[in-house]
Amino acid sequence: MTSFVANHGYLDGLLRGYRSGLLTAADYANLTQCETVDDMKVHLMNTDYANVFQDLPSPLTTQSIAEACTRKMVEDFQSLRQPALEPLAKFLDYITYGYMIDNIVLILSETLHERGTENPAGDTQALLDRCHPLGLFEGITALCVAQTPAELYHLVLVNSPLAKYFLATLSMENLDEMHVEVIRNLLYKEYLKDFFRFCQQLGEPTSESMGDILKFEADRRSINITVNSWRMQALSKPWGHQSIQLTRFRASHLLGVCPVQPTRPDRRLPPPSLPQDDRQRIYPTFGELWPEGTSKLQDAVDMDGLRAAVDSVEAYRDVLQQQNENPDKTIEDCFFEKEVQNCLLAFESHYSYGAFYAYFRLKEQETRNIVWIAECIAQNKRDRINHFTPTI
Amino acid sequence: MNCSPVITFIEEEQRMTFVPSAKWDQYLTMIDPYNWGAWGVFLAIAISVLGASWGIFLTGTSLVGGAVKHPRIKSKNLISVLFCEALAIYGIILAIILQNKLAAPLHPASYPEPQDFKAGYGFFAAGAIVGFSNLAAGYCVGALGGTIALADAQNPALFVKCFVMEIFGEAIGLMGVIVSIILSTSMSYAQ
Repeated sequence: MTSFVANHGYLDGLLRGYRSGLLTAADYANLTQCETVDDMKVHLMNTDYANVFQDLPSPLTTQSIAEACTRKMVEDFQSLRQPALEPLAKFLDYITYGYMIDNIVLILSETLHERGTENPAGDTQALLDRCHPLGLFEGITALCVAQTPAELYHLVLVNSPLAKYFLATLSMENLDEMHVEVIRNLLYKEYLKDFFRFCQQLGEPTSESMGDILKFEADRRSINITVNSWRMQALSKPWGHQSIQLTRFRASHLLGVCPVQPTRPDRRLPPPSLPQDDRQRIYPTFGELWPEGTSKLQDAVDMDGLRAAVDSVEAYRDVLQQQNENPDKTIEDCFFEKEVQNCLLAFESHYSYGAFYAYFRLKEQETRNIVWIAECIAQNKRDRINHFTPTI
Repeated sequence: MNCSPVITFIEEEQRMTFVPSAKWDQYLTMIDPYNWGAWGVFLAIAISVLGASWGIFLTGTSLVGGAVKHPRIKSKNLISVLFCEALAIYGIILAIILQNKLAAPLHPASYPEPQDFKAGYGFFAAGAIVGFSNLAAGYCVGALGGTIALADAQNPALFVKCFVMEIFGEAIGLMGVIVSIILSTSMSYAQ
């Protein structure tokens, strides 16, 4: 406890300062009243976002808003990461691994599925711009050159912090045939397990607050994988040309996916199919649902099966209940709400690293909210403008 | 008789020492009473400063971090730092009081008298009391001060209410000082 304040007291103070800079209910009320997207800038200039929105050229797009918000988050992250001592430095690094996985999968899906076509150098830069800046690492540009995932591993990833996740999950032989979403989820599974183990080593109170958050994250992934695999099966028909994102929590939500309209159609990707045995393989192997719940999830084929699988855990039962009562909400929205609650709880315990993780999850949710509001204003769908999850 | 080297050594020592009858139960009385007084001064200032600096460290790091986003907290929460600083001043006060008592004995022939022992132990105790009570108070005020600074940053109404806690933490140090001053003024070396 003493060493926490002595080593990380400054950063803890800074973090709590940042946290009080999150948008309030009044800010959200102002934002939803805006007539145009440019009006949002006026309101955001009164908040912590002032410095990133200052230089933005005036006709704002949703894209530029999303980028500015992400830039703000990265600035916050860097100002916490630079002066951090161990083990906080390592803890913050763990946060970036999640973004790295997303970036790698993004690059994989873009470059590997365009193997036949020419790939000019300009494209590489455009691709890197679409990556989440927190997940950039040394040598990521070389990723675009790789032609097969196996080559990719040997050229680049072997030196990145993700190498151990690759080794643990994927055998190089079948890496080429595997669908990128399966790769993403396998990596995530290992990453979450590793992160969980690391947090347990840090001892109380971090192990407690982070344990809850990561268990929730693991269970949410399990449930999402299940739900999405039904959707995949439904779309595995000749007319189904939409690539379904198994997960849209991370960078993908910012750039590829627009929240109001359905996912941007991506004709390059054939609709993947995810057999039931595969599902069991990519479920995270810890959390409240593991192992009993996940084995039930594996057999679940509809919402009733899902409900039966998660029935033993009160929190998830509530989430599904809530979703049942409000048909407007998706399961994802309900999970986001739950996540925000969890993250806010992490701030209640002092001397814990959990708050650092929670802040960036809240910031991400806030970015989603701002983008959602901007999107609703831009597309003039005001009736849905309040369908976001405030971070308060 | 076959003597072990250790015993031989002790016998030799006893022949050489100036108090041949010294035994282990007389160990404490072999120590000069002025030595005890000097240790009292040392403990009073050294341990108090340790407590004060630890308190300022704990408060300061959190305060600086919190003040980045909420600069208004910095002047109010300097009181927490001053509170820790006061603990070092308590130590100095007692160290000065004690060192004033350490005048050379007037009658070296009759030294040490029983009164000298009483004073020596008393001063040692006074120094230890103020040192360790300030160490505890410094830790308490420091840990509280840092947290209060962060609470103040979030909600200004909390400052005055939480500050009362810090005053009680400071009172721990103050208790030590009062007891030590009473102790040290009630006795002196034989003059």
